[in-house]
Amino acid sequence: MKTMTRKTTTVAALAGAALLMTGCELPIGIETEQTGYRGLGMEQVTKRHLEAMKRSGMEIPDPERPAAAAGPRAGDIYENVKVLGDLNISEFNRLMNAITAWVAPEEGCNYCHTPGNFADEDVYTKIVSRRMLEMTYTINNEWTAHVGETGVTCYTCHMGNPVPENIWYEDPGFKQAGGFAASRMGQNLAGTNVASASLPNDVFTPFLQGDEPKNIRVTPRTSLPMGDNPYNLVDAEWVHGLMIHFSKALGANCTTCHNTNNFPEWQTSPPQRVTAWHGIEMVRALNNQYLNPLQPEYPDYRLGPTGDAPKTNCATCHNGFQLPLDRAQMLKDYPELNRVNRRGGQPEATTSAAADDVEAEAVEG
Amino acid sequence: MSMLSFEKRYRVRGGTLIGGDLFDFWVGPFYVGFFGVLTAFFALLGTLLIVWGAAMGPTWNIWQISINPPDLSYGLGFAPLTEGGLWQMITICALGAFISWALRQAEIARKLGMGLHIPIAFSVAVFAYFTLVVIRPVLLGAWGHGFPYGIMSHLDWVSNTGYQFLHFHYNPAHMLAIAFFFTTALALSLHGGLILSATNPKKGEPVKTPEYEDTFFRDVVGYSIGALGIHRLGLFLALSAAFWSAVCIVISGPFWTQSWPEWWNWWLDLPIWA
Repeated sequence: MKTMTRKTTTVAALAGAALLMTGCELPIGIETEQTGYRGLGMEQVTKRHLEAMKRSGMEIPDPERPAAAAGPRAGDIYENVKVLGDLNISEFNRLMNAITAWVAPEEGCNYCHTPGNFADEDVYTKIVSRRMLEMTYTINNEWTAHVGETGVTCYTCHMGNPVPENIWYEDPGFKQAGGFAASRMGQNLAGTNVASASLPNDVFTPFLQGDEPKNIRVTPRTSLPMGDNPYNLVDAEWVHGLMIHFSKALGANCTTCHNTNNFPEWQTSPPQRVTAWHGIEMVRALNNQYLNPLQPEYPDYRLGPTGDAPKTNCATCHNGFQLPLDRAQMLKDYPELNRVNRRGGQPEATTSAAADDVEAEAVEG
Repeated sequence: MSMLSFEKRYRVRGGTLIGGDLFDFWVGPFYVGFFGVLTAFFALLGTLLIVWGAAMGPTWNIWQISINPPDLSYGLGFAPLTEGGLWQMITICALGAFISWALRQAEIARKLGMGLHIPIAFSVAVFAYFTLVVIRPVLLGAWGHGFPYGIMSHLDWVSNTGYQFLHFHYNPAHMLAIAFFFTTALALSLHGGLILSATNPKKGEPVKTPEYEDTFFRDVVGYSIGALGIHRLGLFLALSAAFWSAVCIVISGPFWTQSWPEWWNWWLDLPIWA
């Protein structure tokens, strides 16, 4: 009897240990980075083989040969050139070739153009890509606080795919009962947006779009909303969900932007948090001013379950890297992208009044 | 003082591991031994080093004094005293003191002809500390991964290290450790309550025997683990708590670099439904 027990125990222990081990990474090829004062635990631990795997699918296309400096304007030669009319035809064709390679390498020109009639406006992708050119211009010229000198090109998000891999739609989730059961806040669900955590998982809808997006900087001090503090732990869970998305989108962790000793405190936060703050404002502005208004242009199969347009979040550009495309500098080879003319000739104001308000608030905070 | 003369009867010679009869003596009620001397030496030196570090630091506020490990850039080498070297020396002193204390317990147990359960149990706590400041830093390749010695600062380390993995409550070993800590408290409270209830009968009645204790739990939950068994269980629960604490931190980083919620994807990916 005693041997039996011992055998059973041994087998159970071995099976348990084996099960635990299969869930583990090997403790080899470890890289660590310190992001705060020594001993604070502000670090990033990575594994070389996992980093290599992350980069295995990523290719940075060689720059197209430079365009001739002179030549007639594309707007004068071709019909319906609305935002790239200032380029000479050599620059224009260079950019068209690049865009084809970046966005529709398999589908080719016909992904956006009617064969034989490039001036035709019937293909929805042409309308969308024109707007995307304007968006790219806006990002590179008005959001340098986030994108710096590196900037973005079509390839930053598309990476050879007609539709970027990481986009989002509003996600109402499963149909729920009414009343108090109407929202279960992602409980008992492994949400894909929040790294399989059981947190509210439709985190983009409230935070990253709309005129009055949900406030991210909540510091609940009570478990129920009381006094002058309207926030409670539920608000914190929403934010935690969104922040998990930030971390996963950048291959980073909470300590990349925060000393978790005091999340809201700017003084003790790494400078990355400021860049991220501008990124949040940028994503909201892009969704509000570029991506959501394109909704009527899309065919049904490009729309989300509630009929909304595809939108951007951090992962759309970052794709798991703290610096998109793992710091490849593509924009500098394409000055054409910075010569996009705004529709109607006048630059549209894109930093809305709402964004200005938030900026003022940030200065106060 | 009658208590002390009662104790004296058990003061037997021998059982030492090192030093023979040299340190085989008592100071007041305390047995000394070679490891007692070593414990005192390391404890005093370590404490003085902390005080020295505090003197060089910006504050005497007891809550804010902190002796931090070196920058990660020093790897597994020595760091200058004021840049983490002090932490390294204090760590050596702490381990020296803790291990000496365990060995002193072993000498006393041997002297009395008892089992080594206490030094072994204490070693599990030392192992948890050793894991935090030696095993994990060595696996990650730098002493800087150890935690700082400060009342508040070590909590900052705990918080930040947890948030490196986005949501530490999903760490399976952390779950086990917490479950064992809670169960330890439950078992101890049940046991303490039971013993006190058996030894505090109604006035004039005799103290109740273990049969009563067993019967109580058989009536309540259908089973009593028994007078000896409860102590085996208690030790198992307590040691498991410390052991899984050590596991939960040593796997964070060396054996897992993603977020802890994602570790559970193996469950979502089981071929039964995936």
